[in-house]
Amino acid sequence: MSAQKDRWVSSLVFLLFCACSIPRSGSASLQQEPSPQHYFSALEAGKASLAFFTPTVSPGSHLFLEQIESSAEALQDYGISVVKVNCPKEDVSRYCGKENALRKAFLFRGHKLIREFPTDALFDLDSIVANVLFALLFNEVKYVETLADLENIENVLKGKSNMVFAYVPATGTAEHRAVMEAAFVYGTIHQFVLTTEAALLKATSLDDPDVSSAWLLFCHCQQATEPGQPCRRTALAQPLTLLNIHRHLKLMGAPLVTEVVEDPEKISTVHLQLGLPLVFILSQKETYEADRRTAEFVAWQLLGKAGVALLSRDLVHLNVLHRSNVALKTPHEGMPIQYLVLEDTDEVITLVENKNKVKQIQEDEQEEEEEEDEDEKENNNQDIQDDQVVEAVARDKKRELPLEQILVLTEENFHSSLSEAARTVVLFYASWEAVSLAVLHSYCEVAAHLKGTPGVLLSRVNCWDWPGLCSQENVTQFPTLRIYKEGQQSVTYGGMWGAEELSSFILLSQVSCPLKLATMDEAEGYLRGEFPSELSSQQHTSLLGVFSTATSEARETFEEAGNILSGHVRMGMYFEDDALALSQKYSVSPPALLLARSGGHGVEGITLSKPSLQDMLQMIRYQLLDKFPEITVPNLPQYLQLGKPFLILFSAGDISQVESKEMLKLAKGKPQQEFVACWLNLKKTPVGYGILRTYFPTTPSLPVLLWVNLHAGGQVFKFPSEQSITEMNILSWLERLQAGLEIPSSTLSEEDWKPPLPAYDFLQMMEHSVPHPGDTPAQHPPKSPGGDTAGGDTASREEPSQQSTAEEAASPGRGLRGTAPRMAARDKQGKRHSEL
Amino acid sequence: LGLALYAGSLCAVSGAAFLYHDYCVIGAGPAGLQAAYFLQRAGRDYIVFERSHAPGSFFALYPRHRKLISINKQYTGKSNSEFNLRHDWNSLLSHDRRLLFRRYSRDFFPNADAMVRYLEDFASLLKLQVQYNTAIIHVTLEKNEQAWNGHYFILTDQDRKNYKCSCLLVAAGTWVPNVVNFPGSEYVEGYETVSINPEDFAGQTVLILGRGNSAFETAENILGVTNFIHMVSRSRVRLSWATHYVGDLRAINNGLLDTYQLKSLDGLLEGDLEDLAIVKDKKGKLHITLRFYLENRNISAGIDSITLPQDELDNFATRAPYDRVIRCLGWKFDFSIYNRSLRMMPGKGNIKKYPQIKPSYESRGTRGLFVLGTASHSVDFRKSAGGFIHGFRYTTRAVHRLLENRHHGVPWPSTVYPITQLTNSIIKRVNEASGLYQMFSVLADIILLRENATAFEYLEEYPTGILAELEMQTGRKAQSGLFVIIMEYGRNFSGADKDVFYYNRAVGEAQHAWQSNFLHPVIYYYKRLPTEREMRLRPPDWPLPRPDAIHHIVEDFLTDWTAPNAHILPLRRFLENCLGTDLRNFFAESCFLFAFTRQKLPPSCQQGYMTMQGLVGSQELRQHAVQAGLLQDYTHTDFLGDRPPDSHDGSQEQLMRDQGIPVRPLQHLVNAKDE
Repeated sequence: MSAQKDRWVSSLVFLLFCACSIPRSGSASLQQEPSPQHYFSALEAGKASLAFFTPTVSPGSHLFLEQIESSAEALQDYGISVVKVNCPKEDVSRYCGKENALRKAFLFRGHKLIREFPTDALFDLDSIVANVLFALLFNEVKYVETLADLENIENVLKGKSNMVFAYVPATGTAEHRAVMEAAFVYGTIHQFVLTTEAALLKATSLDDPDVSSAWLLFCHCQQATEPGQPCRRTALAQPLTLLNIHRHLKLMGAPLVTEVVEDPEKISTVHLQLGLPLVFILSQKETYEADRRTAEFVAWQLLGKAGVALLSRDLVHLNVLHRSNVALKTPHEGMPIQYLVLEDTDEVITLVENKNKVKQIQEDEQEEEEEEDEDEKENNNQDIQDDQVVEAVARDKKRELPLEQILVLTEENFHSSLSEAARTVVLFYASWEAVSLAVLHSYCEVAAHLKGTPGVLLSRVNCWDWPGLCSQENVTQFPTLRIYKEGQQSVTYGGMWGAEELSSFILLSQVSCPLKLATMDEAEGYLRGEFPSELSSQQHTSLLGVFSTATSEARETFEEAGNILSGHVRMGMYFEDDALALSQKYSVSPPALLLARSGGHGVEGITLSKPSLQDMLQMIRYQLLDKFPEITVPNLPQYLQLGKPFLILFSAGDISQVESKEMLKLAKGKPQQEFVACWLNLKKTPVGYGILRTYFPTTPSLPVLLWVNLHAGGQVFKFPSEQSITEMNILSWLERLQAGLEIPSSTLSEEDWKPPLPAYDFLQMMEHSVPHPGDTPAQHPPKSPGGDTAGGDTASREEPSQQSTAEEAASPGRGLRGTAPRMAARDKQGKRHSEL
Repeated sequence: LGLALYAGSLCAVSGAAFLYHDYCVIGAGPAGLQAAYFLQRAGRDYIVFERSHAPGSFFALYPRHRKLISINKQYTGKSNSEFNLRHDWNSLLSHDRRLLFRRYSRDFFPNADAMVRYLEDFASLLKLQVQYNTAIIHVTLEKNEQAWNGHYFILTDQDRKNYKCSCLLVAAGTWVPNVVNFPGSEYVEGYETVSINPEDFAGQTVLILGRGNSAFETAENILGVTNFIHMVSRSRVRLSWATHYVGDLRAINNGLLDTYQLKSLDGLLEGDLEDLAIVKDKKGKLHITLRFYLENRNISAGIDSITLPQDELDNFATRAPYDRVIRCLGWKFDFSIYNRSLRMMPGKGNIKKYPQIKPSYESRGTRGLFVLGTASHSVDFRKSAGGFIHGFRYTTRAVHRLLENRHHGVPWPSTVYPITQLTNSIIKRVNEASGLYQMFSVLADIILLRENATAFEYLEEYPTGILAELEMQTGRKAQSGLFVIIMEYGRNFSGADKDVFYYNRAVGEAQHAWQSNFLHPVIYYYKRLPTEREMRLRPPDWPLPRPDAIHHIVEDFLTDWTAPNAHILPLRRFLENCLGTDLRNFFAESCFLFAFTRQKLPPSCQQGYMTMQGLVGSQELRQHAVQAGLLQDYTHTDFLGDRPPDSHDGSQEQLMRDQGIPVRPLQHLVNAKDE
């Protein structure tokens, strides 16, 4: 997009250049001071020049002279030379003689005096350029004071050409200058009209405009034919700058509706080039006339905000829904065209305006970023932390963690400590690493939670202090959490790093996995969640393997699976003589799995075939999943691993019984293999709002049922809000959806995760530096002196730069290096913590 | 049966003639024992030959004044054993914590006897295979197609006993004293034998030849009792704190510089020793003259007939006669025992005291012959620490790893990590690794990227000089680009004539890190392995060829590179830009949002959250992240309210926006036009 902007900036610069290059006469600086005779003899016919006369011995008025001098360059672009004429002492002619003439500037075209300006009208660069151009463009820019004057001009122009009407609160302002500069370029194409009358502005607009800011209206008089009616107007919505005016005029000059007969992906119009969206009205032969009228109507509404094109579906083959009637193409490269079904032209307009709002903000940012780039590197935000975890940990570093409950292990006491407790939980971490420290926070919470639990010792090893111990224990990544049990292999934790999950893991690890149950009573108690007593407080699905003595092979596999799932799943096994009786109670025969879910929905029985370990693991994991789960942050990955689309109900709180029942029916129904039916409680998982905001411009009314193709294509479909959530309705909607009859509300971004910001290009810096033998490395080259107002000839320009290099040589690396050792970091710290 | 008998007898015959080992190590000094340790740990068939009855015979004699100048730091305030090795210059590498030098001496500059005891313990506690009292007096080659290197090494000891080896590791050190011959050099006493009793120098005037640590050590010992000491050598004095080279003059011995500069009679002179001549007068005093005065004279003719410089130039500097002249000119490698076929050639220029070797420490003349220890210092002479225990203990390990790969198919040890650990693994190593730190610019850690940059392989302390041969030498593949991590001093900082104390010598800001002067980590990124040609044509002063990108971690006063913003953040940005990915960490909640709103996930979510190992984070931490504007808090949102569209996706944009960048008015046209 910035490339597009560059393009039109350069075209504007080119225009200006053309406009002024003809009378251009070389040096852009103030002409050297001739005498009055020389000056007048040198005046060329048709060439404008601004002159002011000073006695040789100048009495002062330096400020004015400086402003005049600085305007020389700007006026040069418009072919106006600025000359300071030296009055000899004895000269008593018209311009030199009179005392008050010396306080004026004179604008000549050829030999003809056009205007004289009192010096107080030329107070700064803007006022000089504005006033001088205003005087020169007397014919091109009409100044009006009353509504009648304006209407007269408008009537004259009707059917002939368009009018640009500008209101500026005062002449000599930056806005005035921008209007005059635009008039210089466009004055021959459009009629420019200027006013400073607030009353006139009020009379021309419907609302109550803010008279303290400038306004610009483009009046479409060329197409207006009716004498009584005023011309249609389009206001410039942005601040009055030459760039914005140029852009506005360019947009007004573009055709109202473009007819398109090619692939819309390939089309590019002036709007897209200027960073505005393009709306396609999809048309057919039968409805062409009506569509054209719609397009024109929309175009008028969107004038200046978006382009409108009429796309004939008969001529272009489109692979979109037949019902689609509108398409939107945004100027972002690589963004696909959105095809929509809209009912109303207002929807089109809202759509575009919302898009523009987002875009405007992004543009502002981008502009800022660009400015940043132009600035010195110090101002770049490369050195601002954008890692949420690192930053959060850094902000918390002053707080002391309650680590008293957690034993510090070292190379010396590691092995002796392990042998002291029945089981020791060890967190391996690195004290400098943010993720480790974040986990240590949660670990502290676990310690507080499990305080007093017998037989569990919580401890930690800082691998930054004891690298030998960590590598000996084969810990290569931080953080790592392990449970060491006496005489057994240690178990490494592989779950979420939250306090809750960690506590549950530690507690579940207390009993062996799978737990061998000795009696029928124990087995029944186990299924009810009452046995063993250590786990009775835990809400967990219980899994019981029932094996007859003949099925030892399946039992071994089950035990192996238990070792792997230890701490994550509650597993028991029963292989006493009456195993058959137990399993038959749940109408299966051994080997079988009995599953008692935590909610208390009874016990499910599953017959085990002769599975491999992998199959067994996968089966257990799958069986543990809920049929219609509430999706939460910790459990989402389990369901994502299924690789199926999500049918998800977003609810502001708990879902109603009816919805739950319907959804459960759906989930248990035939198509359950094809998708994950689930729901999300926004109260419990507020980040769900973030999801909805990404999917919809405004949060839809809740509950809302969505079909999200997370794994293929990323389309999001919204279940029609007017239909009630019943199994039938959903199924028929899904059918339509699969038949491609529905339009996605949104598509998930396919964007890659690129580096958020550039790195320091040290390679380039090193190559740019010219190594001085025996000296410190060279600095960045001094800033180019371009743009400074020192003016003058080239010789005098060189001086300051020499000076600056001399300065640098005198104090090598000044500003780059602090003294060593630097006791305190200066500005850096302040910048970092400004938000606190 | 006959055939079997014949074969058996052949074995017996050859067994009697040659004692065979896969590896032979010459010398049981620090390098020889270090090599033996690694061979023993790998279970290799090896033997170490030592001419003396105990290990470390050099240290039993030298330094003459018994003070080692390698530091033995007891305390660093850290328990990290790897880090502490950075400041322990005497220990060898082993798994045995008893074998740390600080258990043998409490002195910061320990006595050499402690080193002898240490080496004895090292050999005995680790049960290294050392054959003492065996001086190898000849080494030759026996061609054999079956041998590892196309030949066997035949070693002969002082008893004419022969040994046969497939691979020869020469850790014999440099022990032959450097001698200059000039007229009158017979009056010169050698460092090896000169008295170390200061009493013997009382009231004497002494001239010392040489300007190394042994010369200053000798001077230091007698500084207080002599009339004055003059010291002469060809080159100017090189101070180790100016050159950052531990072999140059260490501050502990430089008392003579003090007395010279304070005009307390002692002094330094520059001159070529080859031009010198010494004549003895009747009183036994030694006079300095120049060789060309003696050209046609017989030195024994007597002092009266010899012209002395002061006869023509009456203020000639060394016109005062000396009582003693001492030679302290250092040592050189013993080239004499190698048969010509081994082509053991001395190096050129200032490394002529060392044999010519490749950057892989293999001899240039003979395949399968590796030079270890001090004798291998030609690789990094006057640059790094390869000539000293605290340097060659690492290069010896590197050679061992090369040999394991070459002869036993054991690839260079490496660890594979997921890409999310990339920044961490680098930060960990640059903060604690001692091999990188001591052997700066010589040994490098290598990160080999796996396909799609989702994982990487970490190799430690590989010699930079053979980077181009990495795949062949390590048995690892470098297909998708690599990072090379080394430590460097500033390019123009060190040198004999440099002022290393100038103001503003240290860089503080990360963005000027490339101008860092003190030792700091530098990371080179290559999209593909540099070729040998690129290695050869690398710019002067560059340890490696021009990379595709480079990163300097800014020097640190505490050598602690764990600061989140100054050290880790710029490193992450560098790595991200090399890999073209986003290496930030995310809380589980952010990953959850991305999982629902983006088709792709950042690596941290992909390898953490999605594998059920998401970082949930405590309430306080999430609150901090919200305050920093890096995490959106949705708890208090009014869901019906129409929020401004900028908050629609609270992720990426949000991360960038809420950082308090002031909104500045757009640039005025005036400026835009001027461009």
